[in-house]
Amino acid sequence: MTERSEGSRLWSVFLTVKSAVGRTWNGKDAAGWIHQPETGGTELKRGRARSVFIGVCVAPAVILFIIFMLIPTFNVFKMSLYKWGGYSNNKEFVGLNNFKILMEDMNFFRSFQNTVLLITFVTIVTMALALIFAALLSREKIRGQNFFRIVFYIPNILSVVVISAIFSAIYDPNNGLLNSVIGIFRGSDKTPILWLGDQKLVIYSLVIAMIWQAIGYYMVMYMASMAAVPESLYESASLEGAGRIRQFFSITLPLIWVNVRTTLTFFVISSINLSFLFVKSLTSGGPDGSTEVFLSYMYKQAYTNSSYGYGMAIGVVVFLFSFGLSAVVNFVTKREILEY
Amino acid sequence: MKKKKEMSLETLYRIFIYVALLTLAVSIVVPVGWVFLASIKENSEFYGNPWTMPKGFYFQNFVDAFQKAKMGEYFLNSVLVTALALILLLVVALPAAYVLARYRFRGSRLINTMFMGGLFINVNYIVVPIFLMFVDADKFLKKAGMGSFFLNNLFVVALVYASTALPFTIYLLSGFFATIPRDYEEAAYVDGSGYFRTMVRVMMPMALPSIITVILFNFLSFWNEYIISMTLLTKDAKTLPVGLMQLMQAQKAAANYGQLYAGLVIVMLPTLILYIMVQKKLTQGMSLGGLKG
Repeated sequence: MTERSEGSRLWSVFLTVKSAVGRTWNGKDAAGWIHQPETGGTELKRGRARSVFIGVCVAPAVILFIIFMLIPTFNVFKMSLYKWGGYSNNKEFVGLNNFKILMEDMNFFRSFQNTVLLITFVTIVTMALALIFAALLSREKIRGQNFFRIVFYIPNILSVVVISAIFSAIYDPNNGLLNSVIGIFRGSDKTPILWLGDQKLVIYSLVIAMIWQAIGYYMVMYMASMAAVPESLYESASLEGAGRIRQFFSITLPLIWVNVRTTLTFFVISSINLSFLFVKSLTSGGPDGSTEVFLSYMYKQAYTNSSYGYGMAIGVVVFLFSFGLSAVVNFVTKREILEY
Repeated sequence: MKKKKEMSLETLYRIFIYVALLTLAVSIVVPVGWVFLASIKENSEFYGNPWTMPKGFYFQNFVDAFQKAKMGEYFLNSVLVTALALILLLVVALPAAYVLARYRFRGSRLINTMFMGGLFINVNYIVVPIFLMFVDADKFLKKAGMGSFFLNNLFVVALVYASTALPFTIYLLSGFFATIPRDYEEAAYVDGSGYFRTMVRVMMPMALPSIITVILFNFLSFWNEYIISMTLLTKDAKTLPVGLMQLMQAQKAAANYGQLYAGLVIVMLPTLILYIMVQKKLTQGMSLGGLKG
C-alpha cells in the first residue's frame, strides 16, 4: 500500500478502478473492459468446448451475484411498498403510504440533518487536509517521508469498531485522553467535557473520528496522482517566480482534478455508509437521537421496531438521495474544471 | 540582506511542515500505541491519569479476553469466515474475471454491465433483505422437517461476504487480464493446451500480483466487517468485531477496561502485522525490479 511512484501495483490498480468507475458514472461506457471478439477457424471448431468453458467459468459468479445482490436490491424497493411487521406474514400492500409517513417523521428529518452535516464537514476537512498533506509529502524533501506515509495510512486498515473503541477511550469524560490533555490548559478542576454525552458536541466528535479515519487513504491516493505530474512544470513555474501556494493551485490541483472529482463523488456515498458504521459502534444514535443518521435510523426501524416495510422506504430514499447528491457533486465539479 | 530574510522564511516554512506532519502522526500513533499499553494494565490502573505507564506486564487481560470474553472463539470464527470467504471469492471470481476480460459471447456485455452496476450497491442497504431471505428459507426448511441452516451459519456468512465482494474483485482482475498480451494464450493453444489448462497454468500465474492485491483488500474488509455478521449471526457464534462491540457495551456496565483493550489488540494485531509485512515485501519487490533493470 504505497504510492505509484514507488512501484506498487496496489494503488495504481485501485486508482484505475476508481477513475474507471468515475468514467461510467459520467455516462460513457466502459470501453476497453471487454476485449475484442476472438477470430479464427480454430475457434469455430472448438465452439462447443468454448461454450462449456465460458459457462462453467461465468455461471457461479452470475448466480451468486443475482441471489445475494440483485434480488435483495430489488426487494428493498419492493418491500418499501408494503406494510410489514417482520416475522409475522401479514404483508399488506400500501403503495406509497410508507413514504407519506416518512415525510412527516421528525426523527427522519433529524437523521437527515445529521447526515448532511456530517457529509459536509467530513468531506471538506478530509479533502482539504488530504490534499495539503499529499502536496507536502510529494513536493517537499522531507526526512522520514516513508514513515509518515506508512503511519497516516494506519487508520484505514483498522476496523471501524476498533476505531470507535479507541475514540471512546479518547473521549471518555473522566479518564479520557483528550480531557486529560485539555485539563493541563484549562485546569483539571473544571467539569469534564462530555464529548459523547453533550447533544450539541457529539456530532462534531463524530466528525473528528471520521476525518481521522479517512485522511490517510485519500492522501495516499492523491500522492499517487501527484507523482504523475511532470517535474518540469514546477521547474518552469519557479523560474517564473511562482511560489508554493501558487504552484499548488495553478499546477497540482488542476492536473489532479480528475482524481479529486472522482474521489469526491465517491466520498459522498461512502460517508453515508461510514457514518452508519461509526454511529452504530460509537454512539448508537445517542444521546437521545442526536447522532442518528440515515442508515442507522433505517436499521433501527427494521430491527428494533420490526417495521421492515418502513425501514426499506427509508432505504429507498437514502439510495436516491446518495445518487442525487453524487450527481450534483459531479455536475458542480465538472463546471469548475472547464475554467482551467 | 534580502537573501537572509528569505532563508529565515524558508526555515519557518520547513518548521511549519514538520509541525503539521508530526501533529497528524502523533494523533495516530499515540492513541494506537496507548491501546497497546492499556492492554497490559491492571484494572486499578485505569482510574486517575490515563497517561501513566503500565506498572507491569499484566498478561491476565489477554487470558480473560480469550476465555471469559470468548475472544479466542471469535478469533477462530473470524479466521474461518475470512479464509472461507477469500477462497470462495477467488474460486468464483478468477475464472469469471478471466472469461469476461477475454471472451465475447452472447450476454457478455450484459453481464459486464451487471457487475459494473454492482459496484454501486452498498451492502448496508441490502443486509435487511438478505436477512429476511434467510429467515424465509429457514422457515421453509423447518416445514420440510429439517433444522435451520442459513442463519447462524459461518459458511453462509462467508458466502455472503464473497458474493458482495464479487463486483469489485471481478472488475479489478478483469482489468488486469485485459492488459496481458494475447500471444501467451495463442502459444498455449498451439502447444495443444485446452481452455481450462491455459487459464489455470498460463494466465493465473501471471495475474499473481493482482490476485495478491485482491486478497489484501478483501482480507481487510472481511476481517473488519461487522454489520453483516452482526445481522446474520444472532446466537453464540460471532466474529471478532462483533465480539468487540459486545465487550465495549459490557465494559460500560462492568468497567473491565483491561479485557476490552486486550480484545482491541487481538482484533488490530493481524491487520497491523499484515500491513507491516506488505510494506517490507513491497520494498523488496522494488529492489528486485531494480536489479532486473
